This record gives sequence, structure tokens and C-alpha cells, in this order.
Amino acid sequence: MSDHTRLRIKFQKTGPIRYIGHLDVMRFFQKCVRRAGIDISYTGGFSPHQIMSFAAPLGVGLESLGEYMDIEVNDRLEAEEVSTPEKKPPFRIHSEILVQRLNEASVPGIRIVSVKKLPEDAENAMASVAAAEYQVTFREGRVPLLFQGDADTIQSAVRDFLALLAIPYLKEGKKGTREIDLRPGIYRLSWEPEKSALFMLLDASSAGNIKPGQVVEALLDRHGQSLAENALKILRLETYTAVEPEGKGERKLIPMDEVGESF
Amino acid sequence: MTTEHLALSDDILMKIEKPARYIGQEYNAVIKGKDEVDVRFAMCFPDVYEIGMSHLGIQILYDMFNHMEGVWCERVYSPWLDLDAILRKEHIPLFALESQDPIKEFDFLGITLQYEMCYTNILQILDLSQIPLLGRERTEEDPIVIGGGPCAYNPEPIADFFDLFYIGEGETRYRDLIELYRKCREEGAGRKGFLLRAAQLPGIYVPSLYETVYHEDGTIASFQPVVENIPARIRKEVETELTDACYPLKPVVPYIKVTQDRVVLEIQRGCIRGCRFCQAGQIYRPVRERDLERLEEHALEMLKNTGHEELTLSSLSSSDYSRLPELIDYLIRECGQRHVNISLPSLRIDAFSLNVMSKVQDVRKSSLTFAPEAGSQRLRDVINKGLTEEDILRGAHLAFEGGWTRVKLYFMLGQPTETEEDIRGIAELCNKIAAEFYETVPKEKRVNGRVQIVASTSFFVPKPFTPFQWAPQCSKEEFLEKAYFTRRSIAEQLNQKSIKYNWHEADASVMEGVLARGDRRLGEVILKVYQKGCFYDAWSEYYKHDIWLETIRECGLSVDFYTTRERSLDEIFPWDFIDAGVSKEFLRREWLKAQEGKTSENCRVKCQGCGAAVFGAGICFAERSQRDE
Repeated sequence: MSDHTRLRIKFQKTGPIRYIGHLDVMRFFQKCVRRAGIDISYTGGFSPHQIMSFAAPLGVGLESLGEYMDIEVNDRLEAEEVSTPEKKPPFRIHSEILVQRLNEASVPGIRIVSVKKLPEDAENAMASVAAAEYQVTFREGRVPLLFQGDADTIQSAVRDFLALLAIPYLKEGKKGTREIDLRPGIYRLSWEPEKSALFMLLDASSAGNIKPGQVVEALLDRHGQSLAENALKILRLETYTAVEPEGKGERKLIPMDEVGESF
Repeated sequence: MTTEHLALSDDILMKIEKPARYIGQEYNAVIKGKDEVDVRFAMCFPDVYEIGMSHLGIQILYDMFNHMEGVWCERVYSPWLDLDAILRKEHIPLFALESQDPIKEFDFLGITLQYEMCYTNILQILDLSQIPLLGRERTEEDPIVIGGGPCAYNPEPIADFFDLFYIGEGETRYRDLIELYRKCREEGAGRKGFLLRAAQLPGIYVPSLYETVYHEDGTIASFQPVVENIPARIRKEVETELTDACYPLKPVVPYIKVTQDRVVLEIQRGCIRGCRFCQAGQIYRPVRERDLERLEEHALEMLKNTGHEELTLSSLSSSDYSRLPELIDYLIRECGQRHVNISLPSLRIDAFSLNVMSKVQDVRKSSLTFAPEAGSQRLRDVINKGLTEEDILRGAHLAFEGGWTRVKLYFMLGQPTETEEDIRGIAELCNKIAAEFYETVPKEKRVNGRVQIVASTSFFVPKPFTPFQWAPQCSKEEFLEKAYFTRRSIAEQLNQKSIKYNWHEADASVMEGVLARGDRRLGEVILKVYQKGCFYDAWSEYYKHDIWLETIRECGLSVDFYTTRERSLDEIFPWDFIDAGVSKEFLRREWLKAQEGKTSENCRVKCQGCGAAVFGAGICFAERSQRDE
């Protein structure tokens, strides 16, 4: 290992913690890595800050099983930190030890799943996000008419929706409302009757990010229906990055931690 | 362990601002099994989460209670206005953060009283908790409502809303109180029985067991217990062994940004200075220091347990801590390698502190702070602020040489004996500091071209247990006149372009004065203004002065009686039944000396016989033993 190593950390955010916003989750991790005794690298200058990058921000109220952040750590001290009478440095710190230490320094709603070492040429978490997969269910009493029907009706509505060449959607932004086309960013959409849930794989890149709620609204709009306030329960299942296998050139989506390796 | 259940529905949490204020779940928050505890204590700071979470006292007591077997202490703060409206509309009872259980199911609700303008928020907390606002209307079903903190040194204006007050420092007597509560519960003594016996514990004041009789002019004729076997005077509680006292090594770490988002190291309690306007300087006597070694241990432990990236020292006057150089050396060494910033408040500006500050902060971005409190030496002698113009100019000179270009100055307007000459002194002092800059720093070296001096004035409000407790307070009109005069005087200065002037609003200072030296009759006023919709009075945008004035009139009381009236030397004050160690005789002596413009030496130089030696601790004891040698 060189002096600095970049680590990709996968974590889940579930339960009441879903009400902690993205910026506060970042602040949480700044303290969590320090509590875990991880020797994170800092930028230089008069107000140094930790070298840390988050993948796709998760909105308040959403839960996730596949969140990612990258940190840069100093190796040398890393080994000293975990020395015990039985285990003397130098030795290599393991992924599992870091997972364990981070979880001990975390809160119940934020669970660290894996820590992997990134190759030197890997893009940082924020830049490399390509897509995210969601499970979307409806709150009790707020199931739209379309989704109260039988499985076939719903599935054919989804099929028809996906058959469209363009799905115009009016997006409200800071600079007013503008029309966007959702269709290119919907990579997969299906209804699973046994779970009463929509599953969708959507563009989550900074250029073309689409939200699950927008997809549901557009789908309902085709049937002259709309969504009640706060009707959706959204669980992000995984966040993906894109790789282009050598030679073939076709883009492939893989979970963001598959870029790195356990150590 | 965690609580998956939240008191608020998803719909509410998605609608309100900063839902993180209400879900608990913070790192180091204490969760206990409900079947493992028999006493539930809700600790409240009656202001919004970000303010309440920044308060050291609550963190200390939270930690102390949760170390007691069978006791679970949780936190509760004032819901912000958005949630307040929802709780009222939907009749959702206010809840504690950790368990999310309704406060009304708790055994105790402890409310810290840090400033007078939070009094209506106490009623908000009780109301939202669905606990009767008046102590006498509570039943066996309701929690025991306790008040503590600095404003408990004159609890009379809010006496009706509390079952008992704890006078003094919380570390000493709560264990006894909890034990008594358990015993009374076992014996079926009931609420009244418990309060009667609690009133016999040192430091505990049960307002319903005391009665005030007034003279026709509204002053107090007598204040006495109405039952036997309880003390007529209540002595404050003091933690005599501060070093060994409990300290929160695992403070709760909030998710959202709060006012004080860092490790707080309390280096000492009390202050040797004896500024005559300052309540904290009297009620926390005697000065007690924590041992250096213990502080060093605590600092590292707390940094490890929180992950905070900043550390600060807490005390009334850090420069007076006897081992400050060693402590700061240690902190700079340890924090530097851990990427922890050190913030140093309340330091006297001199070569030592400037050297330290240049090590821990960016000189270009930070500013120097002086608190002369008065503009002229004459008035600084009256208030016993031992800071001279020479000190300030010397400090400023050194600082300008070291690269600082920003200076903040704090003053108070309306202190006893103040004249226009004294106020002009504020402007002149600012001007002299600016001149010092231009003399010290040659033109080519001035980073931003000129020095920035910011002078702020607040309005002086006399407080109980200070030598100025007899002083008349200025009226609103007088306050404003003084502020305008200050502004004019600054505008007349040669360097006026380098000086910025801010002053506080006068309305709230008037009402703070009413409540600070108020009596029990004000309970009716507070209740009525609350019923008319006033709360969050400490937030100027929500403070409704007209409603307060109108209600005081409706209750047949007068603002002037509590504020601008000259009090006679032998008047019985509403807070005289509290024995704060510092004697009324001493305060009277200081009040007379003030009017003669005579200063008093600080505790370290010479004992003034204030009375705090009765606690047998801290500086009084240290000095005496030195003299014996």
C-alpha cells in the first residue's frame, strides 16, 4: 500500500434515522470515523477537512440498503492503532476489523456493511454514481386507484408505460418549472404483486438523476390519477456505477463496492 | 439498543422543519430497559433543541442521573413553532427524545432556568405535556416538576408553576431526593407527603409551603413557611470536590448543527473577580478549580468518545485558572496531531493569550474580544471591572503587531451612576484603539486597509445576589437615549469609519428586569401572557412587548415598581430566603463602595469576607491554608 489508501464504505440507513438529512449524515460520519480510530487524511491549509466523498444523496424520509462513501486514510498509523499485545505491527489491517470498528462507533440506524480498498485510478464516489435501484410501496390508505387493481392490470400499465418513446415530466426546480424526459433514465421498472411493490432502476448520475416519485407520478398521470401527499415509502436497494468491459464497449452497471476489493 | 417507534407520524415528520430535533437516536444517548428502571426523569431546557443541546449543565445532570441504578433520565426541549401548532391541534402529548414516551408519564420533569425570557416556554412545555400549569392543580398522576439553574436564585415569579426548586449545584442532592421519592412511593405518602418531606432536604425549596405577605406599597412584609419543621432559609448546594465530581465523558452527539457543537471542558466554577453587575460571579462562589491532570484525561476521553473536531474551555474567566499555561500546552500538543481545533473563550488579552491564540486560530480571520463593560475608568471602578484603558491599549498594540485587524468590544449601558461623560468614554476608547492600530501598523502592511472595531452595548439589568440588586434600572426611553448618545459620540470620533456600533433592543431588557427581581405576583402575568399566545420571548422576532405591558397593567402591577424604583437598603427582597453563601451584608457593602467609586480586590489577592467561605471549599480554603503556613 502507498501512503494513502482510498476506501469505499457501504452502509445502510434504516429506521428513524431516515429523518437525518444528507448533510447531517456527512457530519455524522466525520465524527464516526474519528470515534472508530481511523486515521483519515485531511486536506492541507488553514481549515483542513477530512477527505471524504459521498455517492448519491438520499432524501429525508428515505431508507437505504446501499449507500456509499469514500474516504482516504493514512496507512502507517492505521496499523499502529489496532495493535494489541498479541498482534504487533507491522501488519495489514483487514476490512472486517474496519467494519467492526465503524459499527461500534455508529448508531443502530446506520450499519456499515463493507469496507473495500479502491484501485488508484478509481473515480470518487460522487463522480462515479450511475444508477440506483429502489423499492417503492404505498402507505396504507394512500394506494392510488391503479394500484388497487389486479396484478395483470398493473403490469400491463407498467409495460405500456415503458413502451413509450418519451415520458415528458414537468420538473419544479429553483429556476422554475421545466420539462424533462424521464424515459431514457428509467432502466428497469416492474411491479411485484407478492410484495405490492414497484421495483425500479433509475439514472442517479449527477447529469440525469431521476427520483422514484417522479416515475410514479408520470405513470399515474397517464391514467388521469395523482399521488396523495407523502404516499410513498421508498427504500433504495443499491447504488450502481458503470463499467465498460474492455473490447466490447457496452456499459455495464455494477454495485459501487464491486469496484474495490476486500483486504 | 434503539427505539424504532417514534412519537410523531411520518406525515408530521415530513412536514416540519428539522425533524432530527425530535427523533432522538443520537450517539451516546442513553437507552435503558423500561422494566429495569423505577424512576423516570425528563430533563428539559425550555428552548429549541439547538440551544438546549449546547448546555453543559444538562449534559452533566443527564450523565449523573443515568449512572444511578434504576433511574432513566431523558431529554426534552421546546418544540419549534411549526411542531408546537401541530401538537396542539392534534392533541399529541409532548414526549421525551430517548423513549419517545409522553412526559406526563414520567416521575419527574426537571426544567433548567437559564434566562428569564424563557419563562413562557416553561408553560409551553407543561401545556404540551398535558400537565396542569399550576402546581396546586396537579394530581398523583402528574410528574413532580422541578426547577433549577441560575434563575432559581429568584424563583418567585415562577413559583406557582413548580412543585419544587433545587437551589444550587445539581451534583450533590439529587440522589437523596430520588431516594426520598422511592421511599414515599413505597409508603404511599402521596404527592403532598413527598413534597413536605422534600422541603426538609438541604437545598430544596417547595414554594407551596411558603407564604409572602406584602406591605401596602407592594414591597414584602414577610416571607415564611406555613408548615413546621421546614427551614425559613434555604442554603444553596455546592459541589465542594469539583475534581472528583461526575462529568459527562460520553456527552450526547447531535446530528444537526447546534450552537455548541464541541467538547466542553469545564476548568473551574465560580469567578474571583467580583464585578458588581454579574450574578454568575456571586452565585457560583467560591471559585473551585478542577485538577489539571483530570482535565487532561477528560479531554482525551471525551474527544475519543464523541469524535468532535473542536474543543473549548468553560469557565467564567479562563485566564484566572491557575494552571492555564500547562493545560493549553497540553491541549495544543494533543489536539494538533488529532486535527482538533481549540477555541478559547473569555481570555484576558495579553502577551500570553495572544501567543496562544496565534497558535490555535487563523489570526487573519479571528477577532480580539475585550469586555470593558464601561467606557470610563471611573465607571469601571464603580462596577469593579478591573480592566484599565492601559491594559486594553497594550493588548491591542500587541495584537496589531501580531497581525490581528479586528477588535470586538462589549459594553453595558445604564449602569449605576452612569453619565454622558462615561458614555462618551466608549466612543473615545474605540477611537484610541483605532489610532493604536494606525500607529502600530505601517500603511504598506495593513491587510484590509483599516482596522475593524465593533462595539456592542447591551442594557444593564440588575440581578438578585449582586451588589447592584438595589439599583434602579433605566426605563426603555433612558436606554434608547443612551444608545443614541453612544452612536452620536462614535460618529464624532476621528476614526469613526473604522468603528461599527450595535446595540440590543430595549424592550426585552425592560421585561427581563421585571422578571429578574420580580415577586410571586408576577406568576399571574406570566400565565396570562402565555394564554394570550406569548412564548419564545427570548427570540426577539417572537417577543410581544405590548402584550406583556398590557397584561402587567391588567394584573394591577407596574413595570416601574420592579425596574426603575429605588430600593431601600433594608427592603426585604423576594429572594432573601435563599442563602447563597454570599451575605446580604457583603452585597450592601459593595453597593455602597460602588457609589463611592471604590474598587474591591479579587479573591486571590485579598478575601473580602463575602460569606462563601462557609462552604469550606475552593479558593477560600486554599487561601486560608496558605496563610496558616
